[in-house]
Amino acid sequence: MMQSRYLPLIATALIFVIAYALCYLQYPNILSTRVVGNLFTDNAFLGIAAVGMTFVIISGGIDLSIGSVIAFTGVFIAAMLANTSLHPLLVFGLALTISASFGAMMGGIIHYLQMPPFVVTLAGMFLARGMALVISTESIPVKHEFYTFIQESFYRLPGGGRITTIGALMLIVFIVGILLAHRTKFGANVFALGGGIQTSKLMGVPLASTTIGIYAISGFLAGLAGITFSLYTSAGYSLAAVGVELDAIAAVVIGGALLTGGSGFIAGTLIGVLIMGLIQTYIIFDGTLSSWWTKIVIGILLFVFIIMQKGFLLAASAPKK
Amino acid sequence: MLNSSLLVATNIDKNFPGVKALSQVNFTLQAGQIHALLGENGAGKSTLIKCLTGAYRRDGGDILLLGKNINPKDTLDAQKLGIGTVYQEVNLLGNLSVAENMMIGRQPMRWGMINVKEMNRYSKALLSQYGLEIDTSLLLSSYSIGVQQIIAIARAVDLSGKVLILDEPTASLDSAEVKMLFGILRKLKDRGLGIVFISHFLDQVFDISDQITVLRNGQLIESVATDEIDSIDLVTMMLGYELGEENKTKHYNHSQGEPLLSFTDFGKRQKINPFNLNIAKGEVVGIAGLLGSGRTETAETLFGVTAHDSGVAKLQDKVIDLSTPRAAIANRFGFCPEDRKNDGIIGDLSVRENIILALQAQRGWAKPLPLSEQKKLCEHYIKALDIRPTDPEKPIRLLSGGNQQKVILARWLATNPQFLILDEPTRGIDVGAHAEIIRLIESLCDKGMSLLVISSELDELVAYSHRVIVVREHQHVAEIIGADISTDNIINAIAANSVEPEYVLKGAI
Repeated sequence: MMQSRYLPLIATALIFVIAYALCYLQYPNILSTRVVGNLFTDNAFLGIAAVGMTFVIISGGIDLSIGSVIAFTGVFIAAMLANTSLHPLLVFGLALTISASFGAMMGGIIHYLQMPPFVVTLAGMFLARGMALVISTESIPVKHEFYTFIQESFYRLPGGGRITTIGALMLIVFIVGILLAHRTKFGANVFALGGGIQTSKLMGVPLASTTIGIYAISGFLAGLAGITFSLYTSAGYSLAAVGVELDAIAAVVIGGALLTGGSGFIAGTLIGVLIMGLIQTYIIFDGTLSSWWTKIVIGILLFVFIIMQKGFLLAASAPKK
Repeated sequence: MLNSSLLVATNIDKNFPGVKALSQVNFTLQAGQIHALLGENGAGKSTLIKCLTGAYRRDGGDILLLGKNINPKDTLDAQKLGIGTVYQEVNLLGNLSVAENMMIGRQPMRWGMINVKEMNRYSKALLSQYGLEIDTSLLLSSYSIGVQQIIAIARAVDLSGKVLILDEPTASLDSAEVKMLFGILRKLKDRGLGIVFISHFLDQVFDISDQITVLRNGQLIESVATDEIDSIDLVTMMLGYELGEENKTKHYNHSQGEPLLSFTDFGKRQKINPFNLNIAKGEVVGIAGLLGSGRTETAETLFGVTAHDSGVAKLQDKVIDLSTPRAAIANRFGFCPEDRKNDGIIGDLSVRENIILALQAQRGWAKPLPLSEQKKLCEHYIKALDIRPTDPEKPIRLLSGGNQQKVILARWLATNPQFLILDEPTRGIDVGAHAEIIRLIESLCDKGMSLLVISSELDELVAYSHRVIVVREHQHVAEIIGADISTDNIINAIAANSVEPEYVLKGAI
């Protein structure tokens, strides 16, 4: 029996397949492993950050800080590598610790001071961006043999495509995210929180640890996205990744999550990210279209999804016996 | 006897700022007993429940569970001790599956992950004990309220297993669902569970309970075995009136004349069954009934707060629209709601702003009432109704309950209504203001205004009503006219079972 709660996910997948088929009819090359491989690599940092955002949105919250955290992490890593002799892996560990603690702190404020996530993470957004600017206002290049090693290791697909390290990392994050969301007590608590905080409390859901955990995960994954971005661009720049949080929110919503919380899919977010990447790829293939078309199509898609969700909600609000 | 007592609460006290919500209340629940807890609004039922379940901390007294002193610090703690609660509005999560709702926090694990299959199987097996064969992997929201209620009970029993508290479990169920629920409750009782049952439906209380405890004004009135009491005694206890008190109306001969308003088959599904009602000019119609019987629902349907879905309303033989409060106001209706604090006043606005609210709304935003006129109006009503303090610029939340009620009355009088609905106009106000409001009701009707007044103060209804409609179980069941109006007759009509006593049959619907 088909469950209605998977309808948004199915709709997203259907749109992705149809869109890909349309692109393929015009540019058959778009289905080559080369393009597919690049799709993963180019969107790795967005995808990783969007997994964290999915948890936040399912819980009924929002995290506006992730773009700034990505930039901060990038600058932090670049500055550490330029000024110290620490190994990049150690620096990565430091960066992840900082970003996860930063997220946990925001979660703590949201829970204990009963502040709206919008305001708390907005403050976090300014704070992280400001910290990045304090470290450096200039773009810092990263030159390290470990970076070259990572960038040059990939899995070659038949047909010449490459699954790069960061592309693979994104896929791993998605798999872990799916298991965490749908197969653990923590995941169940995240959904419960999105269904209603007061009711969750009466049912015995640990509110504090869940809320803090959610924002810590979002912070951690934003840090991981920052590392990915740093590996992708070989540089750290404090004004990078502006507005990535909004792209991530868009990917989550296109992926079938409800912005009001309580319902969503990590796998849907992956498709959401891929849809956004596909539009960009199409524009590059076309060559004459301005890159603004990406935004326009995403805007239209978001509208379509919001209206569709309203329809699902109305259908669901008429319970059957 | 003491060894079979499951839960014993003795001398429970609970104070809120300025109010003694519970004073020296005793409550004893036996294992294998269904114990009904009854009382009108403000009697202290929910306060007592909240003290038992840890939602409130009691100020005094002891609670013994199986002879052991307990002190639950929150509902979760109470649940672990063995006291589970199910509320009227199901407190489960519609966005999770049935199984997840039942098992959250204690899901079966395998290899570090939730064993979804086992979770679904366990919850399905549990529910089948309750005669519910459903797919527990589906979302909770895909099932009806009745089924959700049973799921909530199954969850509470599975978690707690000693005491089950049901707060108005039947309020949103249809009769088939009620029957199913009662079957389950009897089974649980046979298993030795102690069940506390709160309901406003007396026939349900007589049907299911073994013991009845009545509270009034925060005090224990009596606790008796169900088969030793009849419904009239019960209503007398709940309302606090003795039968035989000579309390009769002065309004012997009110000529009914041409009806100003007539409602035919007027009703709203699940709120109030269709009723017929005629109201003449200058007539006061009282509505009596227990809490939750449909008296407030009658008022709200008449005023369009919940739009009626059957019947027609006529104003002097002309059909009128009453689908929204705006439409009702356009027909010169006024409504003072029961929940004055939330639905009546706007606390932070001044007395003046509260008074002109309805008049301004009637005129529309484009035609603001000039300040000089507002002041004149306020001055008039502050004087006429003796509102104190007399400063019209004072925020209304600083006024006493009685004065707030007068301001709301002034708000409607300013619109010059021909029909005014008052829901519990004297609730929570002091004795002096009480008498003034009653005098006001009488003088308004002398001036030719028609009124519909809902009150649980029966002597009050007797004092000013020309006619009293008795409401029971969402139905207008009796009409008491003129000389027959007395507290005795009203109590008898409220308590009457399906067989109507002859003396209230007059005009019964």
